[in-house]
Amino acid sequence: MSTDITEEPTGQAGDRPPGRRSFSVVGKRSRKYDWHAKLTGQAKYADDLSLPRMIYGRLLRSPHPHARLLRIDTRKAGALPGVFAILTGQDLPTKYGILPSSQDENALAIERVRYMGEPVAAVAAIDEWTAEEACRAIEVLYEPLPPVMSIDEALADETPKIHDWTRDRNIQKEVLLEFGDLEAGFAEADYIFEDEYFFEGNTHVPMENHAVVADWAANGHVTVWSSTQTPHYLHRELAKVLELPPSRIRVIVPPVGGGFGGKSEAFSHEIVAPVLSRLSGHPVKICLSREEVFYCHRGRHPVKMWIRTGVKGDGTITAMDFSSTLDGGAYGSYGIATTYYTGALNTLPYEVPRYRFRGRRVFTNKPPCGPKRGHGTVQPRFAIEAHLDRVAENLGLDPAAMRGHILVKPNTWTINHLRVTSCGLGDAIEAVIERSDWTRKHGRMRHGQGIGLACSVYLSGAGLPIYWNPMPHSGAQIKIDRGGGVTVYCGTSDIGQDSDSMLACVVAEELGVDLDAIHLVTGDTSLAPVDLGSYSSRVTFMAGNAARQAAAQLRARLMDVAAETLEVPTDRLAAAGGIIFDRQDTARQLPFDEAARLAEARFGTLGAVGSYTPPRLAGPYKGSGVGPSPAYSFTCAAAEVEVDTETGELRVRKIWVAHDLGRALNPTVCEGQIEGGVYMGWAEATIEEQVFRKGLHKQPSLLEYKIPAAQDTPDIDTVMIESDDPEGPFGAKEVGQGPLAPVIPAVTNAVYDAIGIRLTSTPITPDKILHVLEARRKRASAAV
Amino acid sequence: MALLAEHGTDAMLMAGGTDLLPNIKHRVATPEHVVSIRDLPELQGFEVSEHGATLGAGTRLSRLEHDPQIRRVYPALAESASLISVPQVRAVGTLGGNICLDTRCNYYNQSYEWRQAIGFCMKRDSPICRVAPGGDRCWAVASADTVPVLIALRADVEVVSGHQERVLPLEAIYQDDGLEPTTLTFGEIVQGIKIPPPHGYVTVYQKFRLRQSFDFPLVGIAVSIRSDISGIVAEARIVMTAVASYPERAEPAERLLVGAPLTEESILAAGNAVFRQAKPMDNTAGTIFHRKRMARILVERALRRIAQLPETMQRVS
Amino acid sequence: MKALHDLRVNGETVQVAFEPYKTLLEVLREDLNLTGTKHGCELGECGACTVLIDGEPVMSCLYLGVEAEGRDIETVEGLADRGEPSLLQHAFAETGGAQCGYCTPGFLMSATALLRRNPEPSRDEIKQALSGNLCRCTGYIKIFDAVELAARRGEGREH
Ligand SMILES: Cc1cc2nc3c(=O)[nH]c(=O)nc-3n(C[C@H](O)[C@H](O)[C@H](O)COP(=O)(O)OP(=O)(O)OC[C@H]3O[C@@H](n4cnc5c(N)ncnc54)[C@H](O)[C@@H]3O)c2cc1C
Ligand code: SF4
Ligand code: FES
Ligand code: FES
Repeated sequence: MSTDITEEPTGQAGDRPPGRRSFSVVGKRSRKYDWHAKLTGQAKYADDLSLPRMIYGRLLRSPHPHARLLRIDTRKAGALPGVFAILTGQDLPTKYGILPSSQDENALAIERVRYMGEPVAAVAAIDEWTAEEACRAIEVLYEPLPPVMSIDEALADETPKIHDWTRDRNIQKEVLLEFGDLEAGFAEADYIFEDEYFFEGNTHVPMENHAVVADWAANGHVTVWSSTQTPHYLHRELAKVLELPPSRIRVIVPPVGGGFGGKSEAFSHEIVAPVLSRLSGHPVKICLSREEVFYCHRGRHPVKMWIRTGVKGDGTITAMDFSSTLDGGAYGSYGIATTYYTGALNTLPYEVPRYRFRGRRVFTNKPPCGPKRGHGTVQPRFAIEAHLDRVAENLGLDPAAMRGHILVKPNTWTINHLRVTSCGLGDAIEAVIERSDWTRKHGRMRHGQGIGLACSVYLSGAGLPIYWNPMPHSGAQIKIDRGGGVTVYCGTSDIGQDSDSMLACVVAEELGVDLDAIHLVTGDTSLAPVDLGSYSSRVTFMAGNAARQAAAQLRARLMDVAAETLEVPTDRLAAAGGIIFDRQDTARQLPFDEAARLAEARFGTLGAVGSYTPPRLAGPYKGSGVGPSPAYSFTCAAAEVEVDTETGELRVRKIWVAHDLGRALNPTVCEGQIEGGVYMGWAEATIEEQVFRKGLHKQPSLLEYKIPAAQDTPDIDTVMIESDDPEGPFGAKEVGQGPLAPVIPAVTNAVYDAIGIRLTSTPITPDKILHVLEARRKRASAAV
Repeated sequence: MALLAEHGTDAMLMAGGTDLLPNIKHRVATPEHVVSIRDLPELQGFEVSEHGATLGAGTRLSRLEHDPQIRRVYPALAESASLISVPQVRAVGTLGGNICLDTRCNYYNQSYEWRQAIGFCMKRDSPICRVAPGGDRCWAVASADTVPVLIALRADVEVVSGHQERVLPLEAIYQDDGLEPTTLTFGEIVQGIKIPPPHGYVTVYQKFRLRQSFDFPLVGIAVSIRSDISGIVAEARIVMTAVASYPERAEPAERLLVGAPLTEESILAAGNAVFRQAKPMDNTAGTIFHRKRMARILVERALRRIAQLPETMQRVS
Repeated sequence: MKALHDLRVNGETVQVAFEPYKTLLEVLREDLNLTGTKHGCELGECGACTVLIDGEPVMSCLYLGVEAEGRDIETVEGLADRGEPSLLQHAFAETGGAQCGYCTPGFLMSATALLRRNPEPSRDEIKQALSGNLCRCTGYIKIFDAVELAARRGEGREH
């Protein structure tokens, strides 16, 4: 069922399952919903907004990675002309955090600062220069404490504690999960392999820096425009910290200039802006500088990993023991979930009958880590896939064939209670093998050139919400007007992944209208029903299903009146392109707008709501909340590399990727997501790293934190596999995150194929390559 | 010029501003006044032929990169310009600005708040160097791409101040001091450079950086060789950028090359000499280990290109 | 100290008062409300702020507003002709060259300049011309596709 649409500009989606009506919008390459605004400079991102009388806010940040905050004196700053308001930690004492179990942050630090860049005070002033001056005029007295900058330091016996409440050194959380009889599994194995890996931290770097505009109106109502992926959670946190009834707060998401996980919880600037607005009586804008975005971080955790696997001679896994230690930075953020994620999906996409996972997260004096594209699953995927490459080699098996042989089957459960429904990974592996010419290349290229392959799996939305509640994860509301216009209300936040186009596509398909007829109201906590946010690749599956459910109700009403008017039974009717027609006699037609008017006369105002709540899938054990998803996406990637063995430079020539996304609702958008994910994975594999020196972020700039540019980027060959998920909207699963993960081990394995040395840490820099080559040369000459 | 005199040391010259403006934003440069020399007619000279070149300091990098005459007569210069930063910067950045580029260091090219957090450094606002805290000097790195090529081409620089004009070898305006990388005195303006005819010389530039655009060199090597009819090297210049506070001549390697033909052996020997000489500090991207090796490899590759030997001798490992 | 300046933006001369230390980026966004030009670093390290000055792509965050006086400034807002997007803008919409769209104005300006200079660029020439614009969403491929598509349809040839 693999459908390659890369060469077909007006491609159709894949084979139709029997009995399914054909699609009129789904599977078509169409422009994104807001293409016009985004291509003409009219789209207003948060920092493009300007309200009358608006003033500017700025945060003063800690220069110390770890210090006691003894005194803050804001008098001088407050006396500067043009300064309207100043806040310090005492003004906002309520702690918050994205996870109910980690309510450990203050908008402005109180008593202690835990990373360089942590906000300690906030100023609102007539312009940005004055706000900056005022920040410099705030006098802060610190008592520096020894900083803890790595996992090893955090676990040292005499380590200073970053949070007083941790019981054992700086360990925030330890988890242990065991499924099946591990001992028996290893006893059954023909071979046992053991390896260690380190994944270096890195960060999201959306091109748009975070920005917020807040307006505290005279009636006590607060409006916050923010570049956030999670307006609903921001709404909740604002209500909590500002101690306001949520009904008085409205969060609006303007177009967001990229997120990748970096804008998915409340940040200090979002909390202080409304308060500064209240104090000053002016709307307040805060736009972070690029450097400040590096301090917000919440990016990929550095993780140390250990893995032990028992296998049969044919590669079948008999047992897997995996442990991870995450460097969490200074606060909880999503970290406990991340910790679980470094273990939860390791029983996929291969059959793992017995499994143990031990994970822990430590605090360090660095900006907090959190979720980045592939949240917590990318690091273990690197380890497992590099490890399996070694396993295959030792067993004398082709690593691609071995993977194909040990795959999970569709419609099964894993040992840790994950439900697998559709799975197109077998097709994906085949597509990659064929398109990359794998068999002719692997192990057969000249020294310095190589090819490597890896697979991965990701969620189509977390099965459980972040805070426990029995309500839907997504809601949508649709109204149809008398001119046949369809307006969809949904709280989704479009961060560039094109959730807006997804909603338009699903509703247009269901109602049989053209995309042009659809209007959207999204990213607004007052106007649209809740959607939990753009994280865990949940939006297409959940908001898509909610919108489809609402649309289906309206469709039924329209079909009723159409059946009556056209005098044909409803089951003979179809709708497409704004026409409802008889499938057997297509000349019998009723225009959509006409049907809408008839239906309104018959049923009253045409509106409907839909919701989506995932099936209850969590297993009967503590910690089972992380991992379940209504569906999983699967990816296979191969990378061909060239290593300059003289300079250590690594060039990735081409990456082939095949991704099982269920259904490509809009192939152009889906390919774009895949290519973007592959690009990001390749960058993590080869160049990106967030490193610290002397307690400071070493390179908080776009010049020194290297995100690759046009000439650096390899060629990418994309195949979309349509496994038609039984529960996804029109069969769709996810495409935004999954394709990143396999690229990193694919590159690593390709480097092995090229130079015969396995690198066990990311990123694979020229420096590392030269080190290992030189070490090998020395060993060789010593042996002579 | 008059403006400079009027505002004294509170004023700084700005040509393209692509180096100065980031430095002002980082508050490592804090001039009260900026005197724009972008369009000063005296700096716009541009004459190139087989008989040599006179290039005004105001020449845009994009012109150096694209001008057909430069590409024909001084291809290494065009190449070095094309490897600077990105097209948007080359469209406004100038030759003069590149020659007078401030030295760089990743403790220095940071925001005010970042530098304050580390306690500032000797190059600005503190007596201590963060790279070599025990020492009494600054090791910030000379990072211009065109300069090593110009020195390899034996260019002279024309410096004017008021009514004075002096012409001296370009090399002579640099000194091994991260704080004051040039010997130009206040009020002196680089008017342009003069490059002797290229006849008989083959010049090559090699740059190493992590990305193919945006990035400053982590090592850059310019090599210029003149050989006699029998293939014996008569003159050799090797100039390194980004490994010291000034564009450093690799004289030991040059001496090894002169008087013998370019062979794989002599090239490896020159590479070794450069490897021993290059002493990068840990204040740029990349690592010392790797940059030192890159210096060797780049010089070898440049020499092989000149000798028309196969470009890469893959060290079989 | 603010002073009045005449700036020629997208073919129209406007009179605007701003301080001499303001960058062209700030003048466009803050004083002319032309917020289509974006910023990602304000240090010349991303290309989001790219505009054309006398037809050449320039980073407006590294260019003083006062120095733009007397020159032709073009921004993304000027690419459409009486509301009709340029062939390049259409091509970006079709190939999916814009995802979050934040880098897009910068890319459009660099690519517009390229196609005017070279209406039939090779992919390498496209990469080279766009090497000063960072995009974090697309992996660049659909951007290259867009420029090629626009070139095939004749963008740049009318100039
Ligand atoms: C992102 C980025 C990447 C870069 N990458 C590179 C790179 O890879 N390689 C590289 O070499 N450069 C690089 N640069 C630096 C810079 O763009 C170039 O060196 C450029 O040539 C500087 O020229 P300018 O005219 O813009 O200099 P300006 O900023 O105008 O001036 C630089 C300095 O020289 C002085 N000056 C200028 N002209 C004269 C003159 N005629 N006489 C006396 N003093 C003068 C100024 O007072 C100032 O101190 C990069 C810059 C950026 C922003
Ligand atoms: S080398 Fe030392 S003194 Fe010079 S800029 Fe760097 S830290 Fe400062
Ligand atoms: S904002 Fe100008 S280059 Fe980044
Ligand atoms: S489309 Fe988002 S940064 Fe390029």
